[in-house]
Amino acid sequence: MAEVRDRPPEQFTLRLRRYDPESGEAPYWDEHTVELEPHRSVLEGILQARDKFDGSIGIRCSCRQAICGSCGVRVNGEASLACHTHLDAAKRGARDGVIEIEPMGNMPVLKDLIVDMDAVHWKKIQRVTPWLLAKQPVPEREYLVSRESMVDVTQTMACIQCGACVSDCLAMEVDPGFIGPAALAKAYRFVGDPRDDQQFERLNDLAQDPQGIFDCTHCFKCVDACPKDVNPMGQIMRLRRIAIGDHHIVDENNGERHEAAFTTLVKEYGLLWEAELLPRSYGGNSRFGKFAPAAAKELLSSLPAILKAVLHGKVTLMGALKPHKIPKRDLKSVQAIYEKIESRKERYELNLYITGQDEDEASSAAPVAAGAGAESPAAPTSPEGSANQ
Amino acid sequence: MKVAYWPGCVSRGFTPELHGSMAKIAPLLDIELVELDRACCTGAGVIAEHNQELADTLNARTFALAQEVEGAAMMMNICSTCQGAQSECQQRLDSNAEYRTHVNATLAAEGLSYETGLTNKNFLWLLVEEIGLDNLHARVKRPLTNLRVGPFYGCYIVRPRERLGIDEAQPRDRYLDQVIEALGGTVIEYAGMRKCCGFPIITMNKEASLKQTGRHLGDAMDAEADCLVTPCPLCHLNLDLQQPLAEKVVGRDLDMPVLHLPQLVGLALGLEPKELGLNRHVVRPTSVIDWSSSVVAAAA
Repeated sequence: MAEVRDRPPEQFTLRLRRYDPESGEAPYWDEHTVELEPHRSVLEGILQARDKFDGSIGIRCSCRQAICGSCGVRVNGEASLACHTHLDAAKRGARDGVIEIEPMGNMPVLKDLIVDMDAVHWKKIQRVTPWLLAKQPVPEREYLVSRESMVDVTQTMACIQCGACVSDCLAMEVDPGFIGPAALAKAYRFVGDPRDDQQFERLNDLAQDPQGIFDCTHCFKCVDACPKDVNPMGQIMRLRRIAIGDHHIVDENNGERHEAAFTTLVKEYGLLWEAELLPRSYGGNSRFGKFAPAAAKELLSSLPAILKAVLHGKVTLMGALKPHKIPKRDLKSVQAIYEKIESRKERYELNLYITGQDEDEASSAAPVAAGAGAESPAAPTSPEGSANQ
Repeated sequence: MKVAYWPGCVSRGFTPELHGSMAKIAPLLDIELVELDRACCTGAGVIAEHNQELADTLNARTFALAQEVEGAAMMMNICSTCQGAQSECQQRLDSNAEYRTHVNATLAAEGLSYETGLTNKNFLWLLVEEIGLDNLHARVKRPLTNLRVGPFYGCYIVRPRERLGIDEAQPRDRYLDQVIEALGGTVIEYAGMRKCCGFPIITMNKEASLKQTGRHLGDAMDAEADCLVTPCPLCHLNLDLQQPLAEKVVGRDLDMPVLHLPQLVGLALGLEPKELGLNRHVVRPTSVIDWSSSVVAAAA
């Protein structure tokens, strides 16, 4: 480390996105060359540019050590904390050697690199009732909960509300009303807390909302954007799993039907049968699903695509009417795996956030049974961690 | 090079031209494909969402079958989504011996067992890391001169970076660009090249899903791409099959052909468009190919 810090100052050119909505002028790019040691942060670069060249550059920051979450920006197109990104790494990641710095996405710009967190991020956090609704009666002394379930929710508590995941969320980019990764990770913090009394109500609310847990498009952007390993998308998948698996919530967004149809089709045939998956996701998880009004309506609306696919020989009648399967003996083995695992009383899950890798000291921690319902606070709640989708 | 080959479901279902074109180009690249025809669907993340142990066990079964293929250097897939779903399960299986033992206990009924450390690469990764760009370039018979190709990676093959082993030394998130260049084409950068195609929410929020696809196609048109190329058949479904519907959602004509990676490679290796199933797309790649002479050229 000493060697890294001993490196002499170098020149770094920053390309800053400038915009003042009150000026009536269009946004523009501004370039400044700063001189700093390579291990210094992009934030220090911005501050030097402000001090030396242009005092009007708008940037919000406070702690300068990745704790306060104030300085979220986009560096070379990806959201991160400016104080948590080294200048040399940013330069290597730049397309033309110039470090490109923009305000975060999905939120309105107040000035230059400062976005309006209140208008988007904080509104969405409020949407998920971000406080504990305690089970009654409240014990006279402290609640007793298992270590695993506390470590588990610690992952979402590590969030510093920087908005990086919100900035880069690709579902929110096309559907601004999507509750989004930060707020849904916050929702898991309470859904996964054995002291909370409203697990079903919270999940039902988030499952029925068309812009809730089933609006996540599974793009992993939030996983990579988060500077604190909160793994928001992984938390959203766990919300879905507990909603469907433990509470059997059937939502109006086809979320539960899609999951059930997918899982059943692979069990029935070993491979996915796409022509059957879509109608079942709308009409219900059986061979008759495609005759349900919702499925018929969907089929009609997709007719322009289907007709072209058939005309061009992409989809054949045989392909649509007959599934492809794996050999009988193998299908039986696959079905035996399904039956063994699905008949377990509790889901068995590995939470890498709790156990770590085998090389770690925590390697002795065994995977634990999971999927605790609201009624069994002693059991660890569906723990799988940053390694989970 | 012999590989245990996992084609996935969609490449044998709604995008048969992908599986077909892979089979055609494999001998030209000296790849011997031993198809894992006993293996089941990876679950595409959906089965893991339903039950993590189930997804891990089903994929461990596939990995174990791959490890039984004699003389295979590694496992190869042709679907970004399969790569992502399998990598996720493999990470858990490789991280914890006790968990692996637990999963293998279920596989024991069939006499199978997964040993840690399988190498599983998408065809794109194998192309760059095993065959090599110079080697690929040397085999080109019909360079994609003047062809303006927009890469469309698909989420599962570029994120999360740590799990997929992407860093400065191994820039897997740039491989598609490198392959296009090695084949003699021109890389067209556009806003959506590493964004989501929208397919995972096509049944949950169709409008948002098609808006994603429509925007990326529109961005590529604005950047004057002749076609897109993707290593993911699920992206292909949204980008190609659903393109007529996406046009309506974004309110503009699109008409952007989308090629599977093996098709683009096959064209450059001298194969005929029909052999590669290019006539079976919803958006016919007429702007890519002069059908009369089968010579690749930008029509526009």
